Order: sequence, then structure tokens, then C-alpha cells
Amino acid sequence: MDPLLIFPNPPPPELAQCLDLDGWSWKAVDNAEAAMAEEPDEGWSGAVVVADTDPEGAFALCRRLRKVEVPIQPLLVLVGGGQLDALELRDDLFDDFCLTPLRPAEFRARIEHLFSRAGRGTRPELVEYGPLALNLETYQAAVDGEPLDLTYMEYELLKFLAAHPGKVFTRETLLSRVWGYDYYGGARTVDVHIRRLRAKLGEEHAGLIHTVRSVGYRFGQSRWGV
Amino acid sequence: METPDTGDMTPDIKPDRERRQQDQQDYVLRTIEERGVRLVRLWFTDVLGRHKSVAISPAELETVLDEGLQFDGSAIDGFSRIQEGDVLARPDPSTFELLPWADPAEPSGTIFCDITNLDGTSFEGDPRQVLRRNVDRARAVGFEMFCAPEVEFFYFADSGPVPTTLDRASYFDLTTTDVASDLRKQTLHMLEALSIPVEYSFHEDGPSQHEIDLQYTDALSMADSVMTLRLAVKKIAMDRGVYATFMPKPLNGVQGSGMHTHLSLFRDGENAFHDPTTADGLSDTARSFIAGLLRHAREITAVTNQLVNSYKRINEGYEAPRYVSWARNNRSALVRVPITKPGKVDSTRIEYRALDPACNPYLAFSVLLAAGLRGIEEHLELPAEATMNLYDLSRDEQRRLGVASLPHNLEEALDEMEASELVRDTLGDHIFEWFLRNKRSEWNEYQRQVTSFELETYLPNW
Repeated sequence: MDPLLIFPNPPPPELAQCLDLDGWSWKAVDNAEAAMAEEPDEGWSGAVVVADTDPEGAFALCRRLRKVEVPIQPLLVLVGGGQLDALELRDDLFDDFCLTPLRPAEFRARIEHLFSRAGRGTRPELVEYGPLALNLETYQAAVDGEPLDLTYMEYELLKFLAAHPGKVFTRETLLSRVWGYDYYGGARTVDVHIRRLRAKLGEEHAGLIHTVRSVGYRFGQSRWGV
Repeated sequence: METPDTGDMTPDIKPDRERRQQDQQDYVLRTIEERGVRLVRLWFTDVLGRHKSVAISPAELETVLDEGLQFDGSAIDGFSRIQEGDVLARPDPSTFELLPWADPAEPSGTIFCDITNLDGTSFEGDPRQVLRRNVDRARAVGFEMFCAPEVEFFYFADSGPVPTTLDRASYFDLTTTDVASDLRKQTLHMLEALSIPVEYSFHEDGPSQHEIDLQYTDALSMADSVMTLRLAVKKIAMDRGVYATFMPKPLNGVQGSGMHTHLSLFRDGENAFHDPTTADGLSDTARSFIAGLLRHAREITAVTNQLVNSYKRINEGYEAPRYVSWARNNRSALVRVPITKPGKVDSTRIEYRALDPACNPYLAFSVLLAAGLRGIEEHLELPAEATMNLYDLSRDEQRRLGVASLPHNLEEALDEMEASELVRDTLGDHIFEWFLRNKRSEWNEYQRQVTSFELETYLPNW
């Protein structure tokens, strides 16, 4: 599935975590120009605009997103409880709204409902990279068509990495995005799981996960061709 | 130049814990469905560290994940007394694995269980709960312990009373034609498939003796891994008609099997044993932790070395420590502090050398952690390093230097344990008392045995 457009860049961490845990593909943009410039070939699948810190900027962006040739929808805005007034007379700019601070269960329900109304699949179902395929529907992973037997956390880590190929993540970021609450052991926990994943990928494919010295890990080729 | 995504590091992310739990269960149930799993083995451990398994059908698993599996605890060594009756096995979905040696036509899965009382409270007879409790105590003061054991074992031709070795090779010998190295290779493969990465594996000093060094992980996962490893080693050997044993000292005059264990504490993602400002790189935390281990070493030995036979290994020396001491580069010491390579400060660790592979890893890691933490809590001073070879020490020298011995036999170890408030507190009353009763009776039975030593030495002469 094509990525969701997210504003602002970077998004609030709790939003990023929600999206990642649910397996949404997404991309954060700084402004309307970036939204146009970075639009995927098939178009944005929808947008989540956080309006609680900079409402003017956020609604200006919504207006731009609605005015393009093919308006971007569904569009969900996140506003603070004290900002409900700001929604008045702006009904055409969004499809639904959700209050901050974010409650993950509510956010999930709203975004899935929006997508089902829009008549589109709500979930990205397949993540593929080279020989690796992850079916997010069935929780199954395979390399060269051979099933990989993973524990839950190994699967979650691989899913996160494979959904962001070419991107370098620090151990701390992986910990907060993939583990979330289960923080114990700190960054070491990440190393332990990377080591297990490489062993399960087998010698031939262990190199899919690169160690980026004194930074962290990267899945697949670098975006910069390094 | 690649730039890392350091984005969102707010520590106060409110996670959706319940949902994660549900996700893990879904993951297990979907995997079972997708892979056509026919049998799920629920694993747990009795107080003596023996692996227990109950097989259920996949159809039952969903209910068991939600509600637990009720069974009669009095059937398990060290669990409930008969009048107390039933307990619940609650699968820990994060430990779910497919068994790599199962028949591919009939895949089977395994899952470690926590044992609870019927009202859901944690069951005091379950060693996994003991370790969980001690890990939680460490977390409450900000520490996470990582363990990396080096597990030694022997391959024999069978499990009969006269051990027959498979080879006569020794340390690092290349024994390519040897069935044992083949076995080991296959075992490593299986372990990796079970999420148990191996650091090294090699042929040990003794004939037919092997060692597998595991890559560090947190204490609870490592205790699970040791249980799985023992099962995997035995199972793969058995398939080849060979017997693998973790008995600490199966052969006279040949070094026994130990389970030297590397320990480190992490706090906020940093190695708490490292301090760049000290001459040797060891922090006060590390010093007090070692001091705590040394102070309580005699009390915890019954747990780290629980068999009558364990003391045959300790008394004979070789790679086994006999004295309560620490050193940097002295393999006769009880606690060794390996040299940390420059730039590898995260690997700062200590090695406790008394354990043997017949221990209950949940209880053994618990007492090590508790003894070390007690040292930190009380800011214990580290005694002087033992620089001489302690194996050569005479009794007089030992007394003069004030170096204590580890207990010489199980009885002495049990006496020390019985008087230990630390061990009682660490294990909880239930396991503490059951363990002492069980082990006292093992010792008493042993005391009444006429041994082959006596028959060979006395019978011809008297």
C-alpha cells in the first residue's frame, strides 16, 4: 500500500509508534511543497495532519491537499480538546478528527473506519525486499519462498526494518519503535535480537541487516548507494 | 555519510500493553494455523531443574492462552503438597517457537509457561517465577542482568553405569571424522533455529567432552535457553544413538563439566560494570557486585552445584574453582574478571566459575543476581585479588591468607544454605524448604552407599 502523508515532520512520537505498530507505511512532510514533491507514483493513500501545535499551518496544508486535481483523502486531523472551535466552518478540509493526547485504540478505530468507508483495504499486506517476503496478514515471513520460523519480537523487528529499507536506525529508536514499553535491558536487547534474526536468515541472507558502525542498523541497501 | 533516524526518543511513550499481549497471542495462533502445527508442547521446569512438557492440540491452545492449563501440581517435584492440589500453566507467548527437529510433515511448537495459582497469583513453587521476581527486584533499582554461560557436557556411547567415551581427542583438536563434531554442528544449527545464538563451540580438554558458549542475553531468556539447550543436545545425540550428559563429573581423573557464566549489569543502556575513570575500567558497582558474590559464595553453592557429584568436580580442581577468591587473569579463582578489549567497554563483565550444567538455571541465576545486588546495596569493599595459583595452596597457606574454600560436599553446602537469610529471601520459603528437604535426603542416601572406591580399596585387603 502507498504511504500515508503525515504532518508535521517529524511527527509526535506517539503517533509514529501507533502507525508503526499497526504496520502503516507513512512519510512525514514539512509543508505542502514537500507533499507535492514527494508524492508517490500512485498518490498518497491518505493523510494524518496534526493540528494541535500549529493549527494555522496545519489547516493551510489541509486546504492545499484538498485543492489538488485528485484531492487527498481520507484525511484525519488531530486537534487538542481546547481547539474544537477551530474545526468550525472547516468541514470540507477533513474527513474525521481525533483528539490529542492520542489514545492509540481510538486513533486506530478512526483511521480504520475512514479507510473502510473510502472502500480501500486498511492494511498493507505484503512487505517484500529482495528474497524476503513478509505477509502482515498471516504473520508469516519467508526467504526465497522458504518459511522463516521467528519468535514474535523477531518478527516485529524484521517487519519494522523491512518496511523502511535503506534507512539507518539507532538502537534507541528501534527499541522505542519496536519494543515500546518493554524497555528493559536497553539497547543491548536490540543487539541480541539482531543477532538472532541474522542466524535465522541464514548465512546467505544475514547481510540483509547491516551494522552501521557506532550508529545502529540498516536493512537492505543504503539510499545513498554506500 | 549516513545519518541515523534518532527521531522520537521521548521516554514517556504510553504503550499499549494489553494490545501487545493480544498481538503476541494472535501471532502464535496464526502461525500455528498457517504452518499446520499438530502439537503444542507447554514447557516448564521443576525445582530440581528438570524439563517438564505437556502436549496439547492446537485447538486447545486459544483457551489455554486465555485461561491457562490446570493440572495437579503435586505430581511435580517441589511443586505443591498433595493437599494443595491444582495450579495453572500460563504460556508465555513471547517464547513460542517451532521445534526444528520435528517431523516436517507434523510440525510442532513449544512455549514456556509461567505457573500460577488458580487465583492468578504467581506460584511460589515455580523456579521461573523465582527468577522473574529477582529480575524485577533488580529492575526496581535500575539494573538488568545479562548472562552468557559456557556449557560443558560429555558424549558417551550409552547411559549405562560405565561411561564409554567416543574419542580420545582433546582441546581444539580437529576431529573431522569424529561423530561428535558432526553432532555438535547439528546441535548448533538447531540452537540457532531456536533463537539461541552460539558464540563458540569446541572440543574441551576431556575425551568426548564438548563446550558450547552462548551469546549473552537477559537472565530470564537465558535460563529458558539453558533448558532448551540441554534438551536439544540430548535429543540430537539420542537420534544418533549417542548419550549426552550434563552430569558434573562423570569420569575419574578427567576434568568435570562446568557452566562458567559471564555476568554483566546494564543501567539505562550503559554497562554498569564499566567506569572509564578507574585504572582498570571496573566501576564501584562491579567491585561491590563481585564482593557480594564472594561474601555469599558458600551460601549459594548448594544452588549453583546441587548434586552430590557436583563436589567431585569442585574438589578435583582443573578448571573448577575451589577457593572463594577473585582475579583478573587467574583461572583458579571463583570470580574471574576478563580483560576488556579497548573500545569494547560494553563487554565489561565478570565470570562466575562454580556453576555446573546440572543446576537449575532459574534458581542459579537468581542467587547470583541476589548476592551481587546485596553487595551493591551494602557498598561492600572488594578484597585483594588472588594472584597466585590457588590450586597449589597448602591448608596452612590457605588459613594464613584467609582464603575460604567452597563447600567440600553437598552436606556442607546445605548447612551453609540453611543458615542463609539471603538464599531464603531469594528463593522464597516454599522452594527454600523443599530444596533443603529433598537434598538432605539425597545426601543421606548417598552416605549409606558402599562405593566402588571402597570395594576396590578395602575388599581385597580386609
